[in-house]
Amino acid sequence: MSGSVLFDAPGPKARRLSLILSIVVGILILAGLYWLYTILAAPRPSSGGITLPGMFDPSRWDVFANPDVWTFIWGGVVRTLQAAAAAAVLALILGVVFALLRTAKSAWIRTPTTVILEFVRGMPVLLMMLFILLGFSSGAYWAVVLALGLYNGAIIGEALRAGLASLPRGQREAGLSLGLRELQTRMLIEFPQAFRQMLPIIVAQLVVLLKDTSLGYIVGYPELIRSTMNNLASFYGNRYLFSFFAVTLVIYLIMNLTLSWVARWLSKHTDSARRGGKAGKEVPVDPALAIAQASAAARQSEAGGNPGAR
Amino acid sequence: MDVIFDNLPRYLAGFSMTLQLLVVAGIAALIIGTIIATMRISPVPSLRGFAAVYTELVRNTPLTLVLFFCALILPYLGVRLEYSVFAMIGLSVYTSPFVAEALRSGINGVPIGQAEAARSLGLGFGQTVGYVVFPQAFRMVIPPLINVFIALTKNTSVAGGFFVVELFTIGKELANANGNAVIAVLLGVATFYLLITIPLGIFAARLEKKWVVAR
Repeated sequence: MSGSVLFDAPGPKARRLSLILSIVVGILILAGLYWLYTILAAPRPSSGGITLPGMFDPSRWDVFANPDVWTFIWGGVVRTLQAAAAAAVLALILGVVFALLRTAKSAWIRTPTTVILEFVRGMPVLLMMLFILLGFSSGAYWAVVLALGLYNGAIIGEALRAGLASLPRGQREAGLSLGLRELQTRMLIEFPQAFRQMLPIIVAQLVVLLKDTSLGYIVGYPELIRSTMNNLASFYGNRYLFSFFAVTLVIYLIMNLTLSWVARWLSKHTDSARRGGKAGKEVPVDPALAIAQASAAARQSEAGGNPGAR
Repeated sequence: MDVIFDNLPRYLAGFSMTLQLLVVAGIAALIIGTIIATMRISPVPSLRGFAAVYTELVRNTPLTLVLFFCALILPYLGVRLEYSVFAMIGLSVYTSPFVAEALRSGINGVPIGQAEAARSLGLGFGQTVGYVVFPQAFRMVIPPLINVFIALTKNTSVAGGFFVVELFTIGKELANANGNAVIAVLLGVATFYLLITIPLGIFAARLEKKWVVAR
């Protein structure tokens, strides 16, 4: 729904009011930001009677002139991306496996998988990391990768399962009637379609995964936050704490916003492609044919017994 | 198993801290999120812009970094509060954009004809949203909101890394003290989390099924 339906197309009076409000609010926001800035920039008296310079004082930022600092930060970025990439691959593989097991014919496979998935999804990733770290004494890197892979694998598996459930039944029946085995039908016919349909959700989950690598800070994996806020800040002293924080925040925002942007682009892209394809098919060549198609589709959706998903 | 029963009081203490974090941060996030969502659909462009920027920035910042800011940078800047309060602030700020997005998607999910009908009856913005759109959006909003709170429950564990003694911290301490029963200790911690998340999840799924069909 576009916001514009909620209110009248503004007349001259309302437009003036809206403009005035907009400017007033804009000024208030700017004033708030300026207030924040002055608080941060103000020199602060410390306990010893010495006045420390404000947060934007050059003496708090001069470390960044040192290329070694940037090399170190880059190392943190690389370790973050490395863990995220490894966990993403693991999560995708596990997602497919979980989706297969959860849609298995035998209840002996389905039920235990459901219980395990509920367990994995219901507990904090951080706890899982600690679990792997202490229970298997695996080292921080594997704790981060395995925990993130398992947790996100469970979520991706659930998404893929929903994707499989929303496919028309004919896809599976056609595969089977061509003589493909159950597993072949799943892997060759159904999964590619489910995957494509769920792609935006999966990519969005991968953004979450990238963000969650920051939990490695707590279990001792030297990713970006640990590199900057712990190692660098304790090496160069607390004076640079705020500066390192600001730089870390900006780096994270750049990484995550880029990935989110890719996710959004993908979602729009696949969405419009799908819709475009459908619209192309549904152009009624012959009204009688169109009516027959529509009624067939209606019957199919009834027989599908899946009104919630449609 | 004995480890869990022997240390049950400590588990319960951690669990009550986790519950406190969950309830306080949940309510605060609900309030901030509602304000942000209202700004996001309001007729004033600068409010809309501010809300959009806020949502994007906070959503793309890792929770660890938000809590780091609250627990270590704020004291450095001269704010003096308890660590549990810092954690509550951080968790509510981090959760608020997710609440706002859930609310907004619910409002967007109300068919456009409803708002058009209300408008054509001569209701104003406040009336349209308050009497027509919001009551309908409400039921679509509840299941995703519950999912946000499930995520918040799990996120409270991150506060354990920033000097708050809650369930995760208790688990870490007990695991260090009982090196021979690490798995049992951590399974105990997981059980307490599952005690909150699984019932909430079942509740959300049931509501979803019931309400989606009703529409």
